Amino acid sequence: MADTSTQPRTLKSLITARRGRGRLHWTDVFSYTYLFLGVLLMFGPVVWLVLSSFKTPAGLIEFPPTLLPLGQIEVVVEGYEKPLLLFDVVKEDGTIKQLAQVRRIGIISQMVDPENPGETVSVPIDQRVKVREFRLAVENYTDPLERFNFVGFLNNSIIVTTVATVITLLINSMAAYALSIYEFRGRNAIMLFVICTLMIPITVILVPVYLVVTQMGMINSLWAVILPGAATPTGVFLLRQYMLTIPKDLIEAARMDKASEWSIYSKVVMPLTMPAIAVLAIFSIMWRWNEFLWPLIVLTRTEVHTLQVGLNAFQGELNVQWHYILAMTVVTLIPVVVVFAFLQKFITTGIASSGMK
Amino acid sequence: MTEIQLKQIRKSYGEVEVIHGIDLKVNSGEFCVFVGPSGCGKSTLLRIIAGLDDVTSGTVEIDGETVNGVTASERGLAMVFQSYALYPHMSVYKNMAFGLENAKLPKAEIDRKVRDTAEMLQITDYLDRKPKALSGGQRQRVAIGRAIVRDPKAFLFDEPLSNLDAELRVTMRKELSALHAKIGDTMIYVTHDQVEALTLADKIVVLQKGRIEQVGPPLDLYNKPQNVFVAGFIGSPRMNLIEATAVEGPEGLTLTAPNLSVFVGNIEGLEAGARCTLGIRPEHVRLNTGGTPDTTCEVVFTEQLGGETYLYCDVEGLPQITIHQAGQLPFVKGQSLELNFARENLHVFDADGQVLVNELGG
Repeated sequence: MADTSTQPRTLKSLITARRGRGRLHWTDVFSYTYLFLGVLLMFGPVVWLVLSSFKTPAGLIEFPPTLLPLGQIEVVVEGYEKPLLLFDVVKEDGTIKQLAQVRRIGIISQMVDPENPGETVSVPIDQRVKVREFRLAVENYTDPLERFNFVGFLNNSIIVTTVATVITLLINSMAAYALSIYEFRGRNAIMLFVICTLMIPITVILVPVYLVVTQMGMINSLWAVILPGAATPTGVFLLRQYMLTIPKDLIEAARMDKASEWSIYSKVVMPLTMPAIAVLAIFSIMWRWNEFLWPLIVLTRTEVHTLQVGLNAFQGELNVQWHYILAMTVVTLIPVVVVFAFLQKFITTGIASSGMK
Repeated sequence: MTEIQLKQIRKSYGEVEVIHGIDLKVNSGEFCVFVGPSGCGKSTLLRIIAGLDDVTSGTVEIDGETVNGVTASERGLAMVFQSYALYPHMSVYKNMAFGLENAKLPKAEIDRKVRDTAEMLQITDYLDRKPKALSGGQRQRVAIGRAIVRDPKAFLFDEPLSNLDAELRVTMRKELSALHAKIGDTMIYVTHDQVEALTLADKIVVLQKGRIEQVGPPLDLYNKPQNVFVAGFIGSPRMNLIEATAVEGPEGLTLTAPNLSVFVGNIEGLEAGARCTLGIRPEHVRLNTGGTPDTTCEVVFTEQLGGETYLYCDVEGLPQITIHQAGQLPFVKGQSLELNFARENLHVFDADGQVLVNELGG
């Protein structure tokens, strides 16, 4: 067995890895260009989102846009109650001087020299440039969390995601177990049937499911979000295909070892299906966390809103509070990223260690 | 001590019948080996006994009790799989303890049993390892240990040595034999390797195409094969089988084939003019030392192994004849040899392949 993973791979050796020894091969150049573009394409928007989430509302609509969140420097000038905004002004003789703006009237701005507060000058607005520094608008994050019930939304989202994921994993793995380990007439037909449900878009069954949920009195409870999507055809299919790769001998050995069906499922099959379970867990968490349409329909009271529905509140008909939306989008991204970071190693580990020859 | 009895076992997969009515009794404490070419149904038969496959008709009895409806887990048998089937995510200890845990034994007793068994098989050192960190032979031992630790009514082995290299196979074979002598339980062992069968078995069951060809102790099968198939299957290198015709002579019958004539006298059931098959093991082919040879051949290939010599000879119109002689023989390729077949070890089979006589005149 050639096992390359035992060699220590440092980050440096990983990002400077090349095809040949020594010189760059054209495939190296091609690969790195391709990978760089990929990173730019995938990661660029996320970086842009995070940077933008720290911008002030004015900074967001500014054109041309700035990359970093910037804020205009304000100075306290003697004789004025409020801090004044600072500008670079090009004087008639070509020199540049920093002046604070007292007020602006049309295209003329009345300015004062902070070092000489007694005298005001009038400057056309096209002759001044804002003096700015790197500044994070943290209030984008603190405001929604304090003013709106975002902690409550967060709670709801966490409850929905964890409970739904646990139920999904349990139900799907049991279905997959039956459809992969047992041999019975119509097994493939049932599997086909399960997969066929993938072809039905949620919008088609929206109304019927809503009626069912209403009849069961689950409207405005988190169960209305958790239960309808608990059994996913994708999950059953994914787990079943993986379970089919478990050697039949293992199951039979367990049978000979007097294992009950439950212990074959829980002690033999489930541990060996962990890589697939992890994949499904990541999927399920992402689906549930990002779910919007269905919660929006069944959760009408603010107390039961999830994050995604809560975010919608910032999007009025006339006024969209982009700074809050962006900041809270970052907040909603964090758990998914964390989950992925922790579970991704399971995705790559296969059944290679099955101990079979 | 467990006795296993099969009565008229039949097994079909859809329309295809693969086991055609097998009757067999495995006595208590016996080491019984099922041997046959691949596809002969030996593994299926073992799985039927284990309860992993259902029979289409017939009954399986363990200690006189019909167990057809009893699940594999309730039959109280242990099985060692060809792939070992160790649980990859459990340590060796856990692998061995799994069956006992399922039987809901107290922890202390499980621990004692596992450690005792591990000691017996000399695997105590790797009780904490995962199967993937073990070599083939070690895995094999663990698989056997997992069976022993449960103290089953009988052991079932499904080609357990076929994944090991030749040297290890010989070692494990001896260990298995010693193990059987030690614990004395009923064991059923499936293999396609007739050497394993001959060395291990108290009783060999030769199977072909879902039928039992012969049952008996190893040397019985070797010395008195009941048909052409068993004659050819048991023994290595295989028995020389030559199709011949019986010709009436003044003193009795002579079996003749192109360039071959073997006087056999009278054989019950063989009439003049009938087709038959003549069988002679390589070690019973003698070099002619005077008198009329049975046939004359040409050496085409020799294997000198030091202590023994194999000669492969061609006779026109006949299949290749193998000769096995002790010692080192000075023959070279192309040399002509006169051969005699030892009459006391000659086997004659009728046109249907059933034996007419073993040990002619012996």
